[in-house]
Amino acid sequence: MEATALSFFIACVTAAGFGIAIAAFGCGIGQGIGLRSAVEGIARNPESSGKVTVTLLIGLAMIESLCIYALVVALILIYAHPQAGAIAELLSH
Amino acid sequence: MEHPYLFFVKLFEIIGLGDFAHHYPHVIYSWVVMAILIGFGFFAAKVVTLVPSKGQNVFEILISGLEEFAVGMTGEEGRWLTPLIATIFIYIATCNLLGLIPGFFPPTANLNTTASCALTVVVFTHIIGIKYHGAGYIKHFLGPVWWMVPIIFPIELIGHLARLLSLSFRLFGNMMGHELVLMILFGLAGAFFAPLPIMALGIFVALVQAFVFFLLSVMYFQSAMEHAH
Repeated sequence: MEATALSFFIACVTAAGFGIAIAAFGCGIGQGIGLRSAVEGIARNPESSGKVTVTLLIGLAMIESLCIYALVVALILIYAHPQAGAIAELLSH
Repeated sequence: MEHPYLFFVKLFEIIGLGDFAHHYPHVIYSWVVMAILIGFGFFAAKVVTLVPSKGQNVFEILISGLEEFAVGMTGEEGRWLTPLIATIFIYIATCNLLGLIPGFFPPTANLNTTASCALTVVVFTHIIGIKYHGAGYIKHFLGPVWWMVPIIFPIELIGHLARLLSLSFRLFGNMMGHELVLMILFGLAGAFFAPLPIMALGIFVALVQAFVFFLLSVMYFQSAMEHAH
């Protein structure tokens, strides 16, 4: 029983690690493309920098939230998976 | 994960409600935020003059900024929404910033607080839709042509539920992630001021996330108020 709970936990934690890494990778690329367009817009028209900056920040927060969803799933995998009770007893003695 | 030291939880322990305080720190800290906001509002509204003093000026900038931004997006007919969305912004911003004080826990780092804010916004969207369009509000969910209704209606319904999920999880994930990183850095290298850059980022994230919640609320209200396409 303890051995299966432990191997389940190992699988969950590995999945969490890879999951958030891939999400951060995609998020980085997406935000980089958005940022490039914003900086090009400011370079081409410096007077619009206020509006462009506000729009950029809103867009970055939206893209960031996709990575946050993956983070929440990773946290669920580490802390709230079905064998969490068994693992808690295992690690507490 | 060791439990952090929380001032108000210790306070409640002294007066004997320790058990409640340990299980629901987000409730206690949302009371703290309410007390702070009501206190500020009370002192700000005491002396209201035509030529504003410094304190009144700060509040006028804040509230008129929020109101003009919202009215800029929804048009003049959206002006009556200002109390609700200004409250949402100020409450969430204060909740988020409270987490930066050592010994305080941000209420928005718990899914219950953020889900309650998101639920308010989503239910109010439907109230606005019914108020402005009556029974014709259902046309917002039915799509452009009548024979696509069996496909479009479930997709729109799921889209509305996804708004609830995305609003609550975005705010919760940002705040919880910030708290977790702070806890881990304190455990690793707290004596060397390692968490300080994360706290600086935390100020930025707190304000941006409150603004994004406010902006999305205004956009949802606006899409409920306009005519169906």
